[in-house]
Amino acid sequence: MQTTFPQLLLKHAAERPAAPAMREKEYGIWQAHSWSDLARLVEQLAAGLQQAGLRRGEHMVVIGANRPRLYATVLAAQSLGAVPVPLYQDAVGAECVFPLNNAEIRFVMVEDQEQVDKLVEIRDRCTQISNIYYDDPRGLRKYSEPGLESLDALIESGKAFVARHPQWFAAEVAKVQPGDVAAMFFTSGTTGNPKGVVHTHSTLIDRATAGAEFDRLTHAEEVLAYLPLAWIGQNIFSYAQWLACGYVVNCPESAATVTIDLKEVGPTYYFAPPRVFEGLLTSVMIRMEDASALKRKMFEACMNIARRVGPARMNGEEVGVLDRIKYALGNVLVYGPLRNNLGFSRVRVAYTAGEAIGPDLFSFYRSIGINLKQLYGSTETAVFVCLQPDNQARADTVGVPIRGVEIKVADNGEIMVKSAGLLKEYYKNPAATAEVLTADGWYHTSDAGFLDAHGHLKIIDRVKDVGRIKGGPNDGAMFAPKYVENKLKFFPFIKEVVALGDGRDHACVMINIDFDAVGNWAERRNLPYAGYTDLAQKPEVYQLMKECVEKVNADLASDTLLAGSQVSRFLVLHKELDADDGELTRTNKVRRGFIADKYGVLVEALYAGKTEQYIETVVKFEDGRTGSVSATLKINDCKTFAPVKAAA
Amino acid sequence: MTTTPEPVGAMQVQDAGPASPDRRRAAPPGGSALHEVKSVGVKIVGDVILDVNHISLRFGGVKALTDISFNVREHEIRSIIGPNGAGKSSMLNCINGVYTPQEGSITFRGQKFSHMSSRQVAEMGVARTFQNLALFKGMSVIDNIMTGRNLKIKSNLLLQALRIGPAEREEIQHREYVEGIIDFLEIQAYRKTPVGQLPYGLQKRVDLGRALAMEPQVLLLDEPMAGMNVEEKQDMCRFILDVNEEFGTTIVLIEHDMGVVMDISDRVVVLDYGKKIGDGEPEDVRNNPDVISAYLGTSH
Repeated sequence: MQTTFPQLLLKHAAERPAAPAMREKEYGIWQAHSWSDLARLVEQLAAGLQQAGLRRGEHMVVIGANRPRLYATVLAAQSLGAVPVPLYQDAVGAECVFPLNNAEIRFVMVEDQEQVDKLVEIRDRCTQISNIYYDDPRGLRKYSEPGLESLDALIESGKAFVARHPQWFAAEVAKVQPGDVAAMFFTSGTTGNPKGVVHTHSTLIDRATAGAEFDRLTHAEEVLAYLPLAWIGQNIFSYAQWLACGYVVNCPESAATVTIDLKEVGPTYYFAPPRVFEGLLTSVMIRMEDASALKRKMFEACMNIARRVGPARMNGEEVGVLDRIKYALGNVLVYGPLRNNLGFSRVRVAYTAGEAIGPDLFSFYRSIGINLKQLYGSTETAVFVCLQPDNQARADTVGVPIRGVEIKVADNGEIMVKSAGLLKEYYKNPAATAEVLTADGWYHTSDAGFLDAHGHLKIIDRVKDVGRIKGGPNDGAMFAPKYVENKLKFFPFIKEVVALGDGRDHACVMINIDFDAVGNWAERRNLPYAGYTDLAQKPEVYQLMKECVEKVNADLASDTLLAGSQVSRFLVLHKELDADDGELTRTNKVRRGFIADKYGVLVEALYAGKTEQYIETVVKFEDGRTGSVSATLKINDCKTFAPVKAAA
Repeated sequence: MTTTPEPVGAMQVQDAGPASPDRRRAAPPGGSALHEVKSVGVKIVGDVILDVNHISLRFGGVKALTDISFNVREHEIRSIIGPNGAGKSSMLNCINGVYTPQEGSITFRGQKFSHMSSRQVAEMGVARTFQNLALFKGMSVIDNIMTGRNLKIKSNLLLQALRIGPAEREEIQHREYVEGIIDFLEIQAYRKTPVGQLPYGLQKRVDLGRALAMEPQVLLLDEPMAGMNVEEKQDMCRFILDVNEEFGTTIVLIEHDMGVVMDISDRVVVLDYGKKIGDGEPEDVRNNPDVISAYLGTSH
């Protein structure tokens, strides 16, 4: 579809002027903004911005939560052929300096005082900023910052211009071409400066439409816009697809009210990262534990049926008559009310992505009748690469390539993608662009994976982390540390795992128990313990861990490619891995190399076949003091399984 | 998917507390078009609105206040400080009409009186919050704040009970005003939560919300930040400053946290053993030897 976002806006405003485009909760009541209202607002904003001097091709930063007037500003900038650059609203001032300077930003639109303060703080480092507009005037009356102006004032000046030039806007919109740059997203680089990912109208709209076709989205969908606009996923779900389909985007009242708003809106199309689904499930379970015995019994009985029947039902498989009746009863008594309580009564399509999701978590939602699926994509691919069809959702794959996507696996196992939705370039960074984008249009995802027998893509790990087993019976087998770690971490008793095995003859893991879960487990079995270190070294806990590891091994054995990654020895660490000690990154990812180095004696003991090892570790307390923890750690062997040969 | 969204719900609370005192003292902004957005304009400290003349208050033989005089100007933030037992709350209670001083008078907007009931005071536009929260614990946040609209409700009890005719229209109007306050204090997520279930810092906010519901001209705040952690204090500071700026409300504040007082007050009165020992701008008060000795003690 060759069109642009402003053209889509005008199309909806012409076809369905009175239909709601966005809703925002104000004074406790959902207020709707129609497509024609929105188009008028965008026209006025565009006129105001043009009067203020925003030029074609120039970048404009937008910072704030999901508010209709911020969306309107993004549209207004695009109508003028300018490029909106959304930034994360919870980033600190210093993090905004690079993007602001990199994109030579003169115009900034922010939500409120919090963001204005941030800009004021860094303004001496971003001297080119000339105009700052704010949506919410609260607390800003006394600011005398040059160039600071309210959005209302901007709209007023736009109104005056529009009154004099009624034809101006349509002409301006017509000048914008599908191949023009539509938006830029900064990816949070773990090393070095963030990179600006440049997308055109056609890349974003192409992917948005392909995704919408795949799930048969219509203008009747309801979406809750609660994730940051600076994240491409949010941009696709509540901006690109919103304009492509013409559905309703609902803006929550505040970050604190999202769960309440979710229930009130009852979205039909929903996206959340796994940890949101995990949080919801935990809250349900906690509330169930506090419920009366009768309710608990009913819940358990119904969930047993759901676990057995639900996933099969969702996958469109044949289900026996008796089971169907039981499930229908459960639906009336438990699943229905539960879905309603979570705000998922009307969900037709729900997606999760971003990290691996536990199979139990995944099937819980599917078993109570929520069509939760996974997808694969990134900022550079405008999200939609692979999606799971409605009745083929599995926890360990990310779906099939959708329309317009070609996938191939490189020799090193890296997944390569070609589609009409690939990034145009990294902004002002041809070297980085050349690294990921080949001359013939393939994009390097830097994820390792493969297409399984059913054509579903399976992601294993980051390419740079994938190693090889050397020597022993599994010589040359692929070793994917994160894949093994994730599988173990899906057990509630395990908090962190470090998997080792690259260049060794077998894989070993070091485990961090989840103190709350294991502590609770120990209490229920009258198992006394003095503290973390003591609990971690209990033989009963080792037995528990051993069961977990062996379950994972059994699972890995059925995987031809990864059977060699089975874990043959493990130990439980005496202290929690901590970012303060440099063992985790600030986003709680294990720093494998650092840990292997720091706990070198343990690694040696694991591979030397010892049954225990003494270790002393320096720890940093939160107040900056240091101390040391020492313990003799036991090392256990565990069963591995012969690889199960695939049937065909 | 390789991009991970930032944590949801981690939106930072704005920091506009004690850390940024300067911004209130910044020169008034140039462009006037900026400030037509909502009702009230830029804060300009006006004439004396409340004048306390030679107040003395005794409980039997105990002299709580002795010959206290000070005034409060319109739109200013006026703090009353002093060590424990200095008579700060007694002073507030005199203004509020809870206590009747034996001597002296209080002038409010040029009207002088020596005895007044707390209802009369409230009708004149003076609202207060309490040191030990006096909320209805079992009622929701909305209902608690609605009680602050009590004096503004005109329709009679019967009509209200039956929710008919003018009573319903009136209810909608008041509810709208209360929703404005809820939005202002950022407690949308707790609208329907019983107040007793909220943490202390939020209860304090609801208490402030109820006082604001009266649309007061003068707001008396009795230790609004007692028992709060630093973050809660910063939030409360911002709300006080915003009330002062957005609604132009005159604020009389009792507070123990010197950092807060010095940062947000326009003028400060210092009491010690029921006597006034200092009065002036924060800087003057800070350097006043009597004040230093009352707080830190001096060697004699």
